[in-house]
Amino acid sequence: MKLSIKSQEDFWAGLMFIGFGLVAIIVARDYPMGSAMRMGPGYFPTYLGAILMFIGSIIVAISTRVQGEKVAGFAWRPLIMLCLAFIVYGLSMETFGLGFIPSIALVVIISAFAIREFRPLELVLLTATLVAMTTGLFIYGIDLPYPLWGGY
Amino acid sequence: MEFLAEHFPNLALGFSTAVSPINLMYCFIGVFVGTLVGVLPGIGPLAAIAMLLPITFNLPPVGALIMLAGIYYGTQYGGSTTAILVKLPGESASVVTCIDGHQMAKDGRAGPALATAALVSFFAGTVGTILIALFGPPLAEMALKFGAPEYFSLMVMGLIASAVLAYGSLIKALGMIVLGLLFGIIGTDVNSGMSRFAFGVAGLTDGISFTVIAMGLFGFAEILSNLEKGGTNRDLLFQKIKHLWPTKDDFRRLWKPMIRGTAIGAFFGTLPGAGPTISAFSSYALEKKMAKNNAQFGKGAIEGVAGPEAANNAAAQCAFIPTLTLGIPGSGTMALILGALTIQGIAPGPQVMTQKPDLFWGLIASMWIGNAMLVLLNLPLIGLWIKLLTVPYRLLFPAIMCFMAIGVFSLNNASLDIYMTLLFGFLGYIFIKLRCEPAPMILAFVLGPLMEENLRRALLISRGDPTVFFTRPISLGFLIATALFLLIMVVPALRSKKEEAVQEDAPQRT
Repeated sequence: MKLSIKSQEDFWAGLMFIGFGLVAIIVARDYPMGSAMRMGPGYFPTYLGAILMFIGSIIVAISTRVQGEKVAGFAWRPLIMLCLAFIVYGLSMETFGLGFIPSIALVVIISAFAIREFRPLELVLLTATLVAMTTGLFIYGIDLPYPLWGGY
Repeated sequence: MEFLAEHFPNLALGFSTAVSPINLMYCFIGVFVGTLVGVLPGIGPLAAIAMLLPITFNLPPVGALIMLAGIYYGTQYGGSTTAILVKLPGESASVVTCIDGHQMAKDGRAGPALATAALVSFFAGTVGTILIALFGPPLAEMALKFGAPEYFSLMVMGLIASAVLAYGSLIKALGMIVLGLLFGIIGTDVNSGMSRFAFGVAGLTDGISFTVIAMGLFGFAEILSNLEKGGTNRDLLFQKIKHLWPTKDDFRRLWKPMIRGTAIGAFFGTLPGAGPTISAFSSYALEKKMAKNNAQFGKGAIEGVAGPEAANNAAAQCAFIPTLTLGIPGSGTMALILGALTIQGIAPGPQVMTQKPDLFWGLIASMWIGNAMLVLLNLPLIGLWIKLLTVPYRLLFPAIMCFMAIGVFSLNNASLDIYMTLLFGFLGYIFIKLRCEPAPMILAFVLGPLMEENLRRALLISRGDPTVFFTRPISLGFLIATALFLLIMVVPALRSKKEEAVQEDAPQRT
């Protein structure tokens, strides 16, 4: 008998839960289990992992019976750009120490590339406004201890 | 004040704390910023509070909590404003308000609809404040007698309730809860000192910050999903709002739904795991049933605004009852408020009320003041909020990105938190794609360590015998309630009722 997946959404959701449960159990094998009376650090996560795998299996089973939706595709451009904006902020604040103003400007500009509609002048104005606003609020307003330019 | 001092000495202390000029200012800032963020599309209360949390770090504890509570009400209220004016609920609790509120606005009665929302919210908020003052202390006293088994069962009940009441599939919600519990475990185990699931990353030994998860799941993922939909289409009414005040006939029609809504909201709000959203839906369903002429519903019935708005506000207020008396947050937003308490160096739990009476009662009083401010602030400022609504989403999301980046980074001044937020944002995006509701997960994440600790203690006392949860009456009561919740979902006839209440006419959730 060939099983067919009727709900892709449920199928992948179930697999995701099984995966997380499996990781939990495997990692928790390194922690002492103890007993119900004296629980070790491995006890709770191992049981949770098992329950999660059980729930995931039920969802997978349901996905072969009940008709459901296909999983919609990913919006790659926004996804990549927004992730990049955060990574660059992390790098420029800590690793390279570019300072607050360039870091924020980078976040705005990179985020803006998530969509295609920005005109250059508009983007410059938006960046300037947001830099001024956040600098005023966070650096002068609530005294976050970041240098404006360089040298963190 | 004298009347208060005589009958509610605690509330009098609270008001004297809350009306100090500096605390009034914090309250005002909170309510104002909250409304502002609530009106802006695409930012729910949870993301808003998470984003603004760092601003409160340097404030004194009372001030910080007052401001956060203000933000909470503000976003709630801002959500109703957008629901009525543009049929876009700022957050899920105001989804039902869209149905009749927006229809009223289309009929040229935006003013009375907004005024109704404000007035019934104020009424519900007042009742909620009184309820907390009356029932808070006895509940806290009862909670002091709770042992580990009771706490564990109570948390099980809260989590199951949040899964039952969540949108969509129950089994997926249950999966999200277990996943949330697992994420909660990441970090150092308090009992053995062992670092768990840290994968060798030093920054993870302290666990994942709640803010990081909240911003990832509700901020980052939400932006992605909004951008994918091509921004948010809004059906804005640009007409001038002429008369604001409801007519005599309106008042005659709205007072009963208001009282019923308040009662429903107070009930669901106090219950951990339930909250404003389900209260609003239940109230709408009830009003529709009670109405003599229910053909009007969906066509601008003022009862359909008054009931749900009272219900969601009463629930928002009463959600503080379990949070403050038991130390167990009833929702993700409440978990953030508790988190703020912990950051301020106050261990949440029943002892807060006796050890920090000025904080507890000051917060209660400031809730009432905050509700009053909302009425005073919002009715005259409606013009400004309408202007804000016209800000296009493409200008907004880079701003949200900046605020999130700054907020997350400022937690530990470390990039690791930024990268973790991104990871949870990506995960949250996958959850949206797979239709897994993240709200129950975030509650489970907060309760995870508490649950493990109480399970451990309960079984230690009982020498490993799990029947301890069934032999203690209060604990058994919580478990029976949990079973009833699950039964609601399994019995098909009842389930279709819930689907009806939760999904009927729901235009769009944000």
